[in-house]
Amino acid sequence: MIPKAFKRSLWVFHINSGSCNGCDIEIIAALTPRYDAERFGIKLVGSPRHADVIAFTGPVTNDMKDKVIRIIEQTPDPKVIVVVGSCGIGGGVFHESYHLAGPIDKLYPNAKYFYVPGCPPRPEAIIQAFAKAWEWLEEVEKK
Amino acid sequence: MTGEFIFWLVVKSVIIAGIAIFFGLLYKGIDRKIVAHMQGRVGPPIRQPFLDVIKLMSKENIVPKHAIKWLFNAAPLICLASSIMLLLYIPIGGFDAILEGHGDLILILYLFAIPSIAMVAGGFASSSPYAAIGAQREVVTMISYELPLAVVIIAIAWKLSGIEGDVFSMAFIASHPIWQNVGILGLIGAIMLLISMVVVAPGELAKIPFDVAEAETEIAGGLTVEYSGRNLAMLYIADGVKIFAFASLVVALFFPYGIASLLSLNGVASIIADFLFFLLKVFLVMFFAVTLIRAGVARFRITQVVTAYWVTITLIALLGLVLLMWDTHFNVRWL
Repeated sequence: MIPKAFKRSLWVFHINSGSCNGCDIEIIAALTPRYDAERFGIKLVGSPRHADVIAFTGPVTNDMKDKVIRIIEQTPDPKVIVVVGSCGIGGGVFHESYHLAGPIDKLYPNAKYFYVPGCPPRPEAIIQAFAKAWEWLEEVEKK
Repeated sequence: MTGEFIFWLVVKSVIIAGIAIFFGLLYKGIDRKIVAHMQGRVGPPIRQPFLDVIKLMSKENIVPKHAIKWLFNAAPLICLASSIMLLLYIPIGGFDAILEGHGDLILILYLFAIPSIAMVAGGFASSSPYAAIGAQREVVTMISYELPLAVVIIAIAWKLSGIEGDVFSMAFIASHPIWQNVGILGLIGAIMLLISMVVVAPGELAKIPFDVAEAETEIAGGLTVEYSGRNLAMLYIADGVKIFAFASLVVALFFPYGIASLLSLNGVASIIADFLFFLLKVFLVMFFAVTLIRAGVARFRITQVVTAYWVTITLIALLGLVLLMWDTHFNVRWL
């Protein structure tokens, strides 16, 4: 009973750690009537305490480093981080810039990551990543 | 005798709690589905709120380090319990309320304040500045909508006080619909009271356009910002139960009609028909008071909320009261 709930109810908190806003627009596009992520129970929430999934965009800048880690720690378990866009995976166009603290999975390795490559990725790809995330959350709940 | 009475009271209360939670969540699901259709989306399935609650129950329950722990944990429980308690005093589905008696009309008015006060306490206890702002806004909203709500209830009770009986009990008001005891002026007055009641609903239930206390896009969920897991699930259920309770109150005050006598049914069939008709009435009230308004307009600023309630809605309610008074004075009948 519990595992199936995760399959149809994922609440997403969105963090921008210094991205160019392209991926953020695509995340919003996934919620518009055209793609309508809410039909799968995916909802954008305003507080990390409510979230199951963190939609993470941007390479982490030095300024955002501590804040981003703090937000991830505030999210209740079980949680999943979906890294949206090339920047979050390897820096993208900002690769090896002087102001970067590195990609998020190096800074905070103790979490489950899912990656959506693209600059920016299409909304279909973002929704597919959420589908992968709920499959993993189901597995966690079964154990 | 007393033991048996208390036993049945407890059994009935548990049944009411089950009904309240089930239909509260069901109506929440229907509400979300209809809003999605109005926005040209497919929308979540109707059982979505049940899945959300089950999921929240299986999540970690975090209490912030600087929060006042007992108050933080007690607030959602009080909020849910008092929301369910409301339904013990409001007649639902053609049955009389479980706990009824002299003055329960006033009691309901105050019971509606308790979930909000519990959430305010929880908000202040959670040590987050967002929650503190949300709590302050909730208090301001409460001060705003209590006045028109009280005017509506007093106007109805005053109009019916001409008839022999216990005016301040729900059972009396439910058995004497306001529409049959007024003339033409009173009819217009009663419609104005109904309008102010419908506009009070989104404020009372913290829905758009009066959801300033929980505004997700500006203060990140406001009162509920630090709640997670089981506590958030309780607040989520309480929200659904409150919608069901307020719609039931509007039905009991304005539309307490049954359908069984009209269809000349009796026995079990009449009970079932009345209950289904009651659910339809609650749905219609919820549709016009919550869903339609929620899909149609954007959120007000906090100053606009106060102006809307204190000036516009209070004026409409007071005018309704005056019309009911003139109705008694001039006495022009429409039935």
